Amino acid sequence: MNTKYMNPYLAGFFLGLVLLATIFITGRGLGASGAIKSIVVATVDGVASKHAEGSHFYGTYVGPGKDNPMKSWLVFEVFGVLIGGFISGLASDRLKFVTEKGPRIQPKVRWLFAAIGGALFGIGAQFARGCTSGAALSGMAVLSTAGFVTMIAIFGTGYAFAYFARKLWLEEKAGR
Amino acid sequence: MGPFVPELISDQLNLVVALVLGIAFGAVLEQAGFSSSRRLAGVFYGYDFTVLRVFFTATVTAMSGILLLGYFGLLDTEAIFVNPTWLVPTIVGGIIMGIGFVLGGYCPGTSVCAAAIGKIDAMFFIGGGILGVFAFGELFPLYANFYDSTSLGPIKVFDSLSMSQGLFAFLLIAMAVGAFAVTTLIEKRVDRVSAPSLEFHSRKHIAAGVVIFALGALFIVLPDRKTSLIDKVSDPKYVASHPVTMIDADELAFRIVDREPSIRIIDLRSTDTSASHVLPGEEKIAVRDLFGKEWLPIFSQRHLKKILVGYDESQERTSYLLLQELGYENLAVLKGGFEAFDKTILSPGPFVPTGSRWDADVKVFRERAHGDILKLIAESKNKGAKEPKKTKKVQGGC
Repeated sequence: MNTKYMNPYLAGFFLGLVLLATIFITGRGLGASGAIKSIVVATVDGVASKHAEGSHFYGTYVGPGKDNPMKSWLVFEVFGVLIGGFISGLASDRLKFVTEKGPRIQPKVRWLFAAIGGALFGIGAQFARGCTSGAALSGMAVLSTAGFVTMIAIFGTGYAFAYFARKLWLEEKAGR
Repeated sequence: MGPFVPELISDQLNLVVALVLGIAFGAVLEQAGFSSSRRLAGVFYGYDFTVLRVFFTATVTAMSGILLLGYFGLLDTEAIFVNPTWLVPTIVGGIIMGIGFVLGGYCPGTSVCAAAIGKIDAMFFIGGGILGVFAFGELFPLYANFYDSTSLGPIKVFDSLSMSQGLFAFLLIAMAVGAFAVTTLIEKRVDRVSAPSLEFHSRKHIAAGVVIFALGALFIVLPDRKTSLIDKVSDPKYVASHPVTMIDADELAFRIVDREPSIRIIDLRSTDTSASHVLPGEEKIAVRDLFGKEWLPIFSQRHLKKILVGYDESQERTSYLLLQELGYENLAVLKGGFEAFDKTILSPGPFVPTGSRWDADVKVFRERAHGDILKLIAESKNKGAKEPKKTKKVQGGC
């Protein structure tokens, strides 16, 4: 049912062009985790604005004279990612509600670990000032030290830790 | 010359641009197969190196594009956002994200793309991400100091490794091409039946690899545009064969006292405002910033005489020739540099007669100019020192 994916090198070339166009036009790179941060900041501000303004973390983004945190570049960009991903899935006939998981686990286990993984990304991206897109990919394209450090830390840890998570992804015999 | 934010593209329009670029970003991620967590996780188990291929090809493409656009003067590479480094927090954050990647099977960007086509696990990932940021925000005081520690600013990786930009670009490309070759071999060994690389057209891929490698080699010899232009105009032969317009300290003093509107003093000395004596109405610009497009409105006015004032005459000459090379006209160099002006007008020693019949007039003029200009300097200081115009940096980052 799945139609074929694009050749990864070609896809990488196009991704590089999108990133290059972004930097050429706007002077900044792509990102993703920043939009999640904006959602959290806006929500906290909406529910308890005193608390948000008094906080060292949220206070940087909200308060008198500051724009609504949802009116940020990354929020619009990530909304675009949602649209672009949907259009691409529609064009390639991949739209379907499905839980993708390794063969040895139940969907509920997958959901739990997906949420844990997301939470770790949410925390880690704050310390590193960005995630795989904003810090690693965009950071490496402009040759920032931060970009390379982030990339090495993410992928190095991924490989070091992969063995302990093999049950989540691999079949019985391969993960022995 | 890019980037077009903030001069050409307003903040409002920039949000529309963000949406359009996001759509392209999302579509490419989805077409690459980044909407599949099994595929993404495969990079850690050797059964699918799609992530590595897409990620490194994209990095090399964007980096090469930036270097080439910068070389041809189409992109001001010093105006683009360079992610600042907070070394230890970045490493710790990266480690946390690495564990998150293996457990969650996505990163934030790919999870949004996957959720868009209905992946339920991706929706849980995003939900977890929101809770993670919330937890981070609520507990922030616990690690506020750590969060801001080891701040190194927007440093570049080739400086950190003390090598040239071109050499680093070449090594990165060489590493990427090498990694593509090695991982293809690994992938075919781990999964002999359905490894994605089995479908590749090897000959075309090898040819592309060679071309990219050659491009990398080119970067070693390709100097960056600013450095090469400055080197060109600093060459003694070039300087000797290109005369410059000069004005001496007395003429400059006369024009300042006269409050002539058609001159503009360009002060090339340290952009530190504490540098001795800021001349009235001057603009402080460091030599490397002369390229910046924020000065275009001043430099491009032909009727304005741009008088270059530097520590010494050779610095002024270099800048003069550089501006000429960039296409600007009506420039002048202050004879003898700031020091000459200082010795003649601002803090003069006893007058040394030159034997000319104008000596008496010159002496009177200098005494009056001395008083007037010091008064003008004091006035402009009282008005509050003119904020040194900063290169407008684009804000970025997550």
